[in-house]
Amino acid sequence: MFFMIVATLFPLTLTPEMSRLRDAAPGVLWIGALLSSLLALEFLFRDDAVDGTLEQFALSGQSLTWMLFAKTCTHWLLTGLPLALSAPIAAAALGVSVDAMPGVVASLALGSFAMSLIGAIGAGLTLGARRGGVLLSLLTLPLAVPILIFGARATQLAISGGDIAPPMYLLGAIAVLGVTLAPLAAAAAVRIGLE
Amino acid sequence: MATWTWFHRLASPPHVYAFARRWTPWFGGFAAVAIVVALYGGLVMAPPDYQQKDAFRMVYVHAPTAWLSLMIYTTMAVAAAVGLIWRMKVAHAAAAACAPVGAWMTVAALGTGMLYGKPMWGTYWVWDPRLTAELVLLFLYFGYMGLRAGIEDPVKADKASAVLAVVGVINVPIIKFSVEWWNSLHQTATVMQMGKPKMDFDMLWPLLLMLLGFLLYFITVLLIRLRAELLRRERNASWVREVLA
Amino acid sequence: MLTVQGVHLWRGDRHVLRGVSFEGTPGKCVLLTGKNGAGKTTLIRAIAGLLDPEEGQVFWRGAPARTRRDEFHGDLAYLGHEPPLKGDLSARENLRYSIGIRRSVTTAEIDAALTRTGASAFADRATRMLSAGQKRRVALAGVLLANAVLWLLDEPTTNLDADGQQLVRDLISEQLARDGIVVAAVHHSLPLPAEQLVELTLGQP
Repeated sequence: MFFMIVATLFPLTLTPEMSRLRDAAPGVLWIGALLSSLLALEFLFRDDAVDGTLEQFALSGQSLTWMLFAKTCTHWLLTGLPLALSAPIAAAALGVSVDAMPGVVASLALGSFAMSLIGAIGAGLTLGARRGGVLLSLLTLPLAVPILIFGARATQLAISGGDIAPPMYLLGAIAVLGVTLAPLAAAAAVRIGLE
Repeated sequence: MATWTWFHRLASPPHVYAFARRWTPWFGGFAAVAIVVALYGGLVMAPPDYQQKDAFRMVYVHAPTAWLSLMIYTTMAVAAAVGLIWRMKVAHAAAAACAPVGAWMTVAALGTGMLYGKPMWGTYWVWDPRLTAELVLLFLYFGYMGLRAGIEDPVKADKASAVLAVVGVINVPIIKFSVEWWNSLHQTATVMQMGKPKMDFDMLWPLLLMLLGFLLYFITVLLIRLRAELLRRERNASWVREVLA
Repeated sequence: MLTVQGVHLWRGDRHVLRGVSFEGTPGKCVLLTGKNGAGKTTLIRAIAGLLDPEEGQVFWRGAPARTRRDEFHGDLAYLGHEPPLKGDLSARENLRYSIGIRRSVTTAEIDAALTRTGASAFADRATRMLSAGQKRRVALAGVLLANAVLWLLDEPTTNLDADGQQLVRDLISEQLARDGIVVAAVHHSLPLPAEQLVELTLGQP
């Protein structure tokens, strides 16, 4: 929802000229996706931390790493994936042609997945911290720079009709690294956050 | 057995405090000497670069600050990791002491980078990969310090910021790579050779000496901050009362 | 089986736990007493591994609990101040979820536990509509279902009426009879046979 609003507000700040908007489209889509992700990440662990179920996870005798990975995946299925799937509407408003849509959706889907994984670490670290939401954004943004760079490039190539494979591979590499390492860090972060 | 005592001493706040107190003036003195000599060598003695003329002299301040900003972040992450794995209070204190120094170094690197850039390309800011990476590094420092400030319980703050520092340091090479990749896509005429002009020995030795000087300066400031950090953390301990008496 | 050795813990500036040591053996209940703020909750959480003591160790079956954390947690059931229940789910659904992540559990087992703790009557209502005492009964059913050797209970009788308090005593007795270990933080002592009880008062200067 937030993503849609951002995407539609941008033309108001720039220009109604479609060709100019098309140039700016990767940036607009990705910044919108980033901000929506950050908003959604605040709630990844919040409810469970508040009602005590996160503690139960930590005490369950099962691998907290796997549980948090599962939670992050579910979170992405409910936030990141819908965002990627609704991107064509926003992209169309920015003058992107229909052939580019699969590439746009794919890059945003993979990118938002990587974002969720990295963001889970910050979400765990900021449990119970003052101004947790702002802090979460501050922590996650620098770590998200590679995702932003590769993802936006993939989207840009998709829009201009180029081969999106190279940046997608790089984005995929980050996602794989995220899948293997981020849940471990998130588990450590959550245990510390629960103290 | 001797190595165990050494490790124990390293972990003990009063010992580290005494060590820091003793050695600060030495490190400070050597740092000052190194920097002064290097400045003279770089600003006065070294010949002007044939391309960049006198502007290249900025590299004598810019390169050490940039290099150090990264080195301090790594040191901070290592100290934090040690504190996390071996549960050493002193290691956490050292990490906390590193952060502001590193952040200022990054600001200095950005500032000198901008001052260097003006005569080179006519503008203060360009999205050069090194400057951009320094900017992201500054945000990493802010994140670390912000997290420390946002968590009330000091032990929890230590541990949480330690995890963040380790995650950050793993990310730094990835960020650098991605920023350089991004920059290479949009190749502009002003290809950056900042900080890496072809240097013959006359130009090189002041740079290396400056690097050493800055490193010693960092150690000096770190020892000073570490002492203050230890006093603050251990303020209820008996050794602190003795030291302050 | 449970050894707590020389545990020191600081919360900020306060030296809350000062060298606490005790042994928990099968069939015995360790009662932690002390005034508010004496560190009972802190100690229970430290044993559970939710807090890290600055000094001292917790041993379970001879090995440090920290190194065999998942195994240790599989052997223990923890009940904190607030029952960990998701407001939108019913008691039954909550138990299926929270026990389900530990082991597979059948509907029959859940029903039996809810009946034992007197919570069957409201087992299908959303838990946010339950009173504090009712929620505690559901949480106690969860402790039963965990099939754990070690019970760590933080003020288990909070919010319970006289029947509920008797229930807690009965449940603890049954656990001890099964050669389980109970460590409970309480305000007042529990009337259990002396040979089953070890009392430890915290917060003494």
